[in-house]
Amino acid sequence: MKPAAFTYHRPGSVAGAVGLLRDLGDDAKLIAGGQSLVAMMNFRLARPEHLIDIRRVPGLDQIRRDGDSLRIGALVTHHAVEIASLGAEFAVLSRAMRWVGHLPIRTRGTIGGSLAHADATAEWCLLAVLLDAVIVAEGPAGRRSVAAADFFHGVFTTALEPDELIVEVVFPRPAPRAALTEFAERRGDFAIVAAAVDLDLPRIVLGGVATVPFVAPVSGIGRPGDQYHSRLAEEAAAAVRVRDEPGVSAHYRRGLVRTLVTRACAEAEEIR
Amino acid sequence: MSATREPGFRRDGSWVGASVPRREDPRLLAGRGRFVDDITLPGLLHAQFVRASVAHARITGIDLAEVRATPGVVAAYTADDLDLGDITAVLDRPPHEFVPTAMPVLARDKVRYVGEPIAIVVARDPYAVEDGVEAAIVEYDELAPVMSDTAALAPGAVLVHAEAPANTLVDVSLFATDGIDEVFAQAERTGAVVRVQAKTGRQNALPLETRGVVADWDDRDEQLRVQTCTQIPHQVRTVLSRCLGLDERQVRVTVPDMGGGFGQKCVVGREEIAAAAAAFTLRRPVKWIEDRRDALTAAFLAREQRYDARAAFDADGAILALDVDLVCDMGAYSCYPFTAGIEPLMASAEMPGVYRLPAYRVRGRAVTTNKAPTGPYRGVSRPQCVMVMERLMEKAAKALEMDAVELRRRNVITVFPYRGVNNITYDPGSYLESLDLCEQVLRDEGWYKVRSDNHESPDRVIGIGYSCFSERTGYGSGAFAARKMSVVPGFDISEIRMDTSGTVVVTSGTMSHGQSHETTMAQIVADRLGLDINQVKIVQGDTDRITYGFGSFASRSITIGGSAVAAASVRLGEQLREIAAHLLDTDLDNTELDGDGGVRLRDTPDRGMTFAALADVAYLQAHLLPKGVGPGLSATASFDVMGDGTFSNATHGVVVELDRGTGGVEILRYVCVEDCGVAIHPRVVEGQCRGGIAQGIAGALFEQVNYDETGQPLCPSFMEYKVPTAAEIPDVAIHHLETPCAFTESGAKGAGEGGTIGAPAAVLNAVNNALRGTGVELDNTPIRRESVYRALEGTYLD
Repeated sequence: MKPAAFTYHRPGSVAGAVGLLRDLGDDAKLIAGGQSLVAMMNFRLARPEHLIDIRRVPGLDQIRRDGDSLRIGALVTHHAVEIASLGAEFAVLSRAMRWVGHLPIRTRGTIGGSLAHADATAEWCLLAVLLDAVIVAEGPAGRRSVAAADFFHGVFTTALEPDELIVEVVFPRPAPRAALTEFAERRGDFAIVAAAVDLDLPRIVLGGVATVPFVAPVSGIGRPGDQYHSRLAEEAAAAVRVRDEPGVSAHYRRGLVRTLVTRACAEAEEIR
Repeated sequence: MSATREPGFRRDGSWVGASVPRREDPRLLAGRGRFVDDITLPGLLHAQFVRASVAHARITGIDLAEVRATPGVVAAYTADDLDLGDITAVLDRPPHEFVPTAMPVLARDKVRYVGEPIAIVVARDPYAVEDGVEAAIVEYDELAPVMSDTAALAPGAVLVHAEAPANTLVDVSLFATDGIDEVFAQAERTGAVVRVQAKTGRQNALPLETRGVVADWDDRDEQLRVQTCTQIPHQVRTVLSRCLGLDERQVRVTVPDMGGGFGQKCVVGREEIAAAAAAFTLRRPVKWIEDRRDALTAAFLAREQRYDARAAFDADGAILALDVDLVCDMGAYSCYPFTAGIEPLMASAEMPGVYRLPAYRVRGRAVTTNKAPTGPYRGVSRPQCVMVMERLMEKAAKALEMDAVELRRRNVITVFPYRGVNNITYDPGSYLESLDLCEQVLRDEGWYKVRSDNHESPDRVIGIGYSCFSERTGYGSGAFAARKMSVVPGFDISEIRMDTSGTVVVTSGTMSHGQSHETTMAQIVADRLGLDINQVKIVQGDTDRITYGFGSFASRSITIGGSAVAAASVRLGEQLREIAAHLLDTDLDNTELDGDGGVRLRDTPDRGMTFAALADVAYLQAHLLPKGVGPGLSATASFDVMGDGTFSNATHGVVVELDRGTGGVEILRYVCVEDCGVAIHPRVVEGQCRGGIAQGIAGALFEQVNYDETGQPLCPSFMEYKVPTAAEIPDVAIHHLETPCAFTESGAKGAGEGGTIGAPAAVLNAVNNALRGTGVELDNTPIRRESVYRALEGTYLD
């Protein structure tokens, strides 16, 4: 479990990183926290010839309010968000971070890395879609913004070009009635099912039921309360298209959707 | 009825029984321990293995040319290149009961599981060696893989070993009481017959320190020096010398600090032999450290068993008969020295457990499949036996509409010694007392009220479950000879030597891999000689310094090894008294150890000599010694048990809450009432309980090694192999009872495995108790969350 040989680069700026990506092409891979990439390299499932370490690129580790919106730099760690004082408007982000792996993972892994990796059960991916986040990427032609809804294309694939890197994620609106919850056999595991809800829209985003974060269609806003939550949960469970898999039947997975949506709704209501 | 009392953290002037600070801790807590991977030598090379990528195939070609051409690679060897003897473990049983199979150090003609070592690659650094491994080309003629016990036993199944018909390595029917079928027939009419069909998951003992070895040839000593993390250094030496064609004096096995073994390091590993052979061939030091992927897929596994068990009860709940058919999926090879008999023989002998069973019939089999081989794992079969027995008790209670604890009360052995239907004599224990106390604790803590308050609650689903069990420990030569092993482990030899400063060095043939022997053995010696434990040094794990030993397993260290160090200490004490009597001009009978590092006179206790003064005479003033007493101060003693060993016992009580919405299982409370006789060091005992219980919970709720239908392992990392973390393991409340062993030197019984043995049954019973309204009973482990979910939802499919 030792990686194949690679050449290590440490650019001092975003422009430097983009330049390296452009010059090195498909043989290069960005590394920030390395929480997914290093494990894959140790198994030799990933074997980049060049590793571009952006961890020390300045200016990408800030969390700041900008009017109604919250801007999070790509290198901000899960743990930094977990302990940040984001106010009631964005407290959902801090609470959701408790579901990300274990503490050592949270102190290294970054929001940008998680989104770029695009695991369909990852908390940041669900939150981005739930809260209409805008992913700001920089490439040779400059910066562009991609809506989270357009960002995830499939298993581990995104709208990012090979020579682009995420520099910032913008959450454009407060979400005081939002929550994320999960189920796995062990604390810190990738969820079998994860559910994120924003009752103000309302919107439900599910992890573990599709190759990308799945937005469950719901039939509009209702009066707060258990009945409303149950209705949302039933609608979400009915909408998922899942198959029996070893160890987890479709029936069970749909049941988990129902349970977790209900619980996420209750949490979202309660924390107000 | 046995006497029971709380040992507490007593001292009372003695070291035994005191939870003194562990002598291992300062170095381990400061990161100054020395584990195999900490060892480095000038010019050290690094080894890894080309391993089988398919589960079952004939090898048609091995091409290592590209491997040898890889930058940094120093050498690459196949079985033919090294020409090593095979590792073959044998039982002294007839061919219809046991089929010996050879395990080559490196696969020669055939591979039998994914991960089987085929070639060893040696390189300058740990990275280059993996580059080299990747470059190997192995060609296979694939055979159909045999991936389950049922497939192995199916008529016409492909054979994993040509010499083992029906893929059966062990088939023993150790007990069959006359007339047992009539007992069942009678019970069908007038009592109850209950049945458990259970399957338990394949597990990995999972020492946090994976296996590893550093080997080099020493020209000055004409010796292959092998530093390896093993529980059995002398047996590794024997296999190494035989495989390499060396005399045993030419092999020195030493063991540094170890980060656990749990039985996985209690068998001789092919990789440690191959790495040592490479060092011998190259005359250069070679290190092999098993990476986590190999540890999860290619190390010795355990525990995959299938039971079909029936028990007959009379109308009052007394057990009348037990009939068990059990099959153990031992994987591809028989382990050395225990053989594939380890699980079926243990299960067959120990199945009756703590109950007064009049009639017993058992058939135990070991089948071979194309999975990584199995070896011992903490508890060996007893986690499964106890689980099956305790499920039978629960089902009988249900059938007879009795309380399950009350049913157990009526059946546990209370008069000792008890000669069981399994021809084993049980020494005194506290079976009934532990059961009563455990139930009382849960009652006093209010858990029965919590359960009844939520009976049929839509919100909270709560269950309480127990397991009551014993654990045979202190297996001596007698018990292992009964198993008919060709290597009969049992005794232990200890040598003690006092130096001129009056402090002692004591050897033990046991091998601590985390059990605190440097502390607990020293406590025993210190008491026998009246020394401070800091004046006692325990030496283990060096085949040049220790006469012979069988290492540590089967909870034998304190019972057997602890008794040997005690006996040697007593002998040294006699020598010291003899010298003192002469120098103080008195009778030997008028001398005694003063409890403070010296000898004094009984009639004038203020007269005496310190050990240092006596040692000074023994070594530096030998002309003053009495006639017939030679110079120096040393003694040797051995200890063995020719009987059936001594039984520790415990009752575990568990409260669980199930989550209707997810099938989640949360342990709300875990109570362990244990009795291991005299606890040498109560906190070490508690550590053993807690660690063992964590592994037992892992087996009940989390861990399982899975393969796909082609034999590819599905759990190569901790993402898939679900070892529980601190977040999943509850705090465990431990209560002590103490029924001293009559024949070990300190009254101690073994304490190493009980936690693991009792936990799966207690957890499974608690979950089933919580499911009591559903009509579903779950008897397989690990318990699947979907099964719990469906049971509660009313959609459970058998």
